[in-house]
Amino acid sequence: MSGAPLNLTKGPDETFILNLGPQHPATHGVLRIKLTMDGEYVVRAEPVPGYIHRMHEKMGENRTWNQYLPNPSRVDYLSAMAYSHAHVAVAERAAGLEVPPRAEYIRVIVCELNRVSSHLVWLGAFLLDLGGFTPLLYAFDDREMILDLLEGITGSRLTYCYHRFGGVCNDVDDTFVRGTKAFVEHMRPRMKLYRDLVTDNIILRKRLTDIGHISADTCRRYGATGPVIRGSGVPYDVRRNEPYSAYPEFDFDIPVFPEGDCMARYLVRMEEIVQSLRIVEQAIGRLPDGPHIAPKVPKIMKVPPGDYFFATEAARGRFAIRAVSDGKEIPYRIKLRAPSFSNLSLFEEASQGMMLPDALALLGSLDLVIPDIDR
Amino acid sequence: MKNIIRDSVAGFKTLVVGMRVTIDQFFRRPVTVHYPHEALKMPDRYRGHIELVRDPETGKSLCIACKSCEKACPSDCIFVDGLKREGEKRKSATEFTLDFTKCSLCGACVEVCPTDALRFTKSYNLASTQKQSYFFDLMKRMEEQKK
Amino acid sequence: MSFLEIEPFRIALYVVGALAFVGANAAYLVWVERKAAGRFQRRAGPTEVGPAGLLQPVADAIKLMSKQIIVPPGSDALLFRIAPVMVMAPALMCFATIPFSDSIVARNIDVGLLMIFAFGSINVMAVMLGGWASRNKYAIISAARVVSQNVAYEIPMLLTVITMLMVAGTLNLHEIVKQQEAGFWAWNIFRLGTNPLMPVTFVIFFTCMLAETNRAPFDMAEAESELVAGAYTEYSGMGFGVFFMGEYANIVIGCAVATVLFLGGWGSPVGFLPGVWWFLAKMYFLIFTVIWIRWTFPRTQFYGLLNLSWKILIPFSLATLVLTSIVMKIPRMF
Repeated sequence: MSGAPLNLTKGPDETFILNLGPQHPATHGVLRIKLTMDGEYVVRAEPVPGYIHRMHEKMGENRTWNQYLPNPSRVDYLSAMAYSHAHVAVAERAAGLEVPPRAEYIRVIVCELNRVSSHLVWLGAFLLDLGGFTPLLYAFDDREMILDLLEGITGSRLTYCYHRFGGVCNDVDDTFVRGTKAFVEHMRPRMKLYRDLVTDNIILRKRLTDIGHISADTCRRYGATGPVIRGSGVPYDVRRNEPYSAYPEFDFDIPVFPEGDCMARYLVRMEEIVQSLRIVEQAIGRLPDGPHIAPKVPKIMKVPPGDYFFATEAARGRFAIRAVSDGKEIPYRIKLRAPSFSNLSLFEEASQGMMLPDALALLGSLDLVIPDIDR
Repeated sequence: MKNIIRDSVAGFKTLVVGMRVTIDQFFRRPVTVHYPHEALKMPDRYRGHIELVRDPETGKSLCIACKSCEKACPSDCIFVDGLKREGEKRKSATEFTLDFTKCSLCGACVEVCPTDALRFTKSYNLASTQKQSYFFDLMKRMEEQKK
Repeated sequence: MSFLEIEPFRIALYVVGALAFVGANAAYLVWVERKAAGRFQRRAGPTEVGPAGLLQPVADAIKLMSKQIIVPPGSDALLFRIAPVMVMAPALMCFATIPFSDSIVARNIDVGLLMIFAFGSINVMAVMLGGWASRNKYAIISAARVVSQNVAYEIPMLLTVITMLMVAGTLNLHEIVKQQEAGFWAWNIFRLGTNPLMPVTFVIFFTCMLAETNRAPFDMAEAESELVAGAYTEYSGMGFGVFFMGEYANIVIGCAVATVLFLGGWGSPVGFLPGVWWFLAKMYFLIFTVIWIRWTFPRTQFYGLLNLSWKILIPFSLATLVLTSIVMKIPRMF
């Protein structure tokens, strides 16, 4: 239903440049997209990232391992837990630190709660892009419960800085365990509400079905991961493909939809919320006793020389840290592999010939976090 | 023809279902809190900016000016100075300032402190038009709290 | 001859009355919309200015009036200034023919319905001119959208109106209500004997009315997540304020016409209370529904809207038209 096929061979004087961003309601931050438009059709979309570049990789090279702890959560503030996890895990792998099982379970719980909250923000913001206001507030209402839970144990609402080498900084308390169980119970009927209000809605279906096709091949070429590639029929999930932490101990599905359109990516994320709740429920149900942090963690982390790598499944896809150490307190090089950057890079190819509102729906379905792109 | 009618009716039904959801929410109580009039309680572990802890016995700071926090701070925003006074076993802080313009509230200083001389405040609504008001003199702040 | 029937007084009274009604409605519908949106979203809406935020529209008006109207350099200054007026003026004109009750109508003209639709179309032209004159790419896209949207929606809307005309046999709104006075079973929406598809006709009319007034889910022209503010992007101060008021005035008119055509105007279903209250109650119920719809659905896609119009609304409205004429004509043939 994407309108008549478009003849893209017109002269350059018949197109005009539309500057979408860096301040535009649909870019959710300071992303700029230079659109060459033919009427309402996008001829070429050129993303111009870099407006919020903060040198997180460079910062990794001039501060100690410990001092870098707050940074990863600021790269993608919406799924801070998975980012911190990758950072501490790469050091643990390098230094051969054993993490107690309780700490691994807590990490999984907070990561999954964080994923749910991230997807809820995406749901609200995406619907906002499509012109629906109300789901945003419902999603934030639910997300608020997660933030309260996480704030209770970490002391912060967004950039948690909760992970430590060898574990987590605070143990979870009864309030958290009870609150999490209550939240899982609360969320199940809410998923029905979202289905009635949003997913099944004919207007939304018409806007997303068959819009913004991304083939599995395109995803592979650009290195797209997360819900984007799972919405194109590739069952790639770091939690399954390169299992880490306590994930192998839980029973959960990787939602995959083969259509590759915006609706598929939408459904993948909605289903992921359900699966995350399943993981949280299992983990909280059999939370092992024990310490929440390994005993004898060196106060100042030192990593033997070498080249280390660790990937986690963040809400937007595969987040990986590559750390090169020369044996000093300060890493020689930190490289962050951010999923949003790869996911954005396919936008130029995928948005060709689309109409402006469809292109924005596609942009929204990629679920970009701009600081994650620019780092 | 039959399909179009069936699809239209089915589509219309989803719209009605959606409207039923919102009208159901319409008659429920708002979930928001009206901030300046009522405020939520901050959780115990809330990480506001740091402050010095007084020794309940002596009334002085627990800080021994070891400068661990200064070293641990990723943003370089803590400055500690201390000296060993006569008749005392160890050093004590004479100056402790926090440059809150740079602080990212990570809590590294609190964790690293060997004497638990630092703690988080629960203040979250700091606002000022002057940069100067974010250079906190924590010693002075502690003294003022005593009064 | 009573005082009210003397022509100059009548006109003056009408002008003052219409202006006051439109002004008050536009201002307080904003408040109602914000409050209702708040409730739909589990918030409280405006609470700070006055009790329950009731003085919010006053504060908004003061703010808008105290702001400078910036005419962007290089724009067509004349059209840019005229456009807001062209939204508001036709809306005021249309109030002349709306019968609020048996006795409260400013001008009972025989072609009232025609006049409302004639003036109603000017609204679209104004938005187009405003967008065109702004010299802003977003505004121009919006101007182009609003025209094609209007072309698509005038047709099914007028087809349903023609259906109603065949049922009523007159363009006089007062007469149309008179015919429905017998009770709620006589309201056009329930006259299934004339046309079994009457409720469908009403739904089509209401949908087209939403599209005509650029309301969500058909707010292509404003579409703030795509076009920033569409045709209104460059407008500031009262220039924007008048557009905003005009939008609400057009909603009021749309709902009033729907009330007259389908819901029996001032006719009371139960018999107590004077008619004017029933008219207002029905009209505000429809306005509430408009708000309710806005805060429930996402925006339709542009071609989705055209598809809806050409593939669903126009065939259905043609079907009701044909069905009505068959039902009305066949008995007379025998």
